[in-house]
Amino acid sequence: MNINLTLIGQTLTFIVFVWFCMKFVWPPIMNALNERKKKIADGLAAAERGAHEKELAEKKAAEVLHEAKQQAQDIINQAQKRASEIVEESKETARSEGERIIATANAEIEQEVNRAREELRGQVASLAVAGAGKILKREIDAKANEDLLKDLVAQI
Amino acid sequence: MASETTTSKEYIQHHLQNWTYGQHPDGSWGFAHTAMEAKEMGFWAIHVDTMLWSIVLGALFLWLFRKAAKTASADTPSGWQNFVEWIAEFIDTSVRGSFHGKDKLVAPLALTIFIWIFLMNLMDLVPVDWLPSLAGWVGSTVFGADPHHVYFKVVSTTDPNATFGMAFAVFYLILHYSIKNKGVGGFMGELTMMPFQAKNPVVQALFIPVNFILEFVSLISKPISLALRLFGNMYAGEMIFILIALMYSGGLAMGIFGGFLQLGWAIFHILIITLQAFIFMTLTIVYLDMAQSEH
Repeated sequence: MNINLTLIGQTLTFIVFVWFCMKFVWPPIMNALNERKKKIADGLAAAERGAHEKELAEKKAAEVLHEAKQQAQDIINQAQKRASEIVEESKETARSEGERIIATANAEIEQEVNRAREELRGQVASLAVAGAGKILKREIDAKANEDLLKDLVAQI
Repeated sequence: MASETTTSKEYIQHHLQNWTYGQHPDGSWGFAHTAMEAKEMGFWAIHVDTMLWSIVLGALFLWLFRKAAKTASADTPSGWQNFVEWIAEFIDTSVRGSFHGKDKLVAPLALTIFIWIFLMNLMDLVPVDWLPSLAGWVGSTVFGADPHHVYFKVVSTTDPNATFGMAFAVFYLILHYSIKNKGVGGFMGELTMMPFQAKNPVVQALFIPVNFILEFVSLISKPISLALRLFGNMYAGEMIFILIALMYSGGLAMGIFGGFLQLGWAIFHILIITLQAFIFMTLTIVYLDMAQSEH
């Protein structure tokens, strides 16, 4: 309980400790704390920025999607239009082709009919000659009456 | 423990005597063997135990915190570093709350005061006989000294030299900050022109000595109250531990009762040692803030 030199010794010790603390202990700890504070603040700011960017991107994506849908709709509409056009066209083509085929067939039939008629006419002519010959009961010189026969055939 | 050869009074006195090194009245240097011898050494003596424990604990504090400071980085902290950062944050908040203005010294000063005093106070929780008995045993077996003459006080803050030593350093800082921020004239003006003021110069001249007495006392009371508060609390706490320890020689029942008392007091004391360290720190900050700010 005596006051003595210890007083000065303690004061000096205290000063040395405080000096050491001020020089080597406090600044690095505070630096680290401040740095971390800054880092966290930066991180929060970045997160906010990221969220904002995400929002923008989502908006952009929605726009693009909408546009794409629109385009797809347009394409489908065009395709449908084109398809109906093609159907119409082919219907048209088929009809004209059919008509053409019918016309050809008709022409052919007519031809056939004409040929058959010619043939029949010929046969009728020869039948008529044979009949006439038989009627006359004599051989008619076909050659001598050819002109007559031809006239006959033309009249049938 | 009070053995048969020592009375309670001797036991208590033995516990309250510092291990003193100094000059004997006959001119030779050496350790004091009795309280009487220590007293006769006067001012030119040193309490080896106080110095030893305060330096060991202060070095422990600086070493532990330096370790964390060296690895401190902005990355995720862990373990010990976490704890150190928590303390540093706490000190920083206290300083920011009480001390206005920027200063490189105040925060580390507050940290040193808080942790150092806390550690020195913490030694109070070590049962009062352990370390003195160990010292007595070492003294008698290694150095051949009489164990009754080996004094060993482990709680440095129960030595007024330690608390006044710190308080004087703080007092010096109070003066330093006052003069740095207000100049010698401003500081003198603060001491003499307040709290009584008058427009009449003659009356003002009469007020000067009155003001000076009031202000000087309030200035001086700062370090004294700092030192005595800490010393008084720790000394009283230590005394109660010693008294409780006396009960161990009073038989089995008393011993068990004493054991419970010691446990209870130690648990309560955890609050006191922390609180005293905190009060010393906070008052230092407040005093320095008062010193550097204008009224």
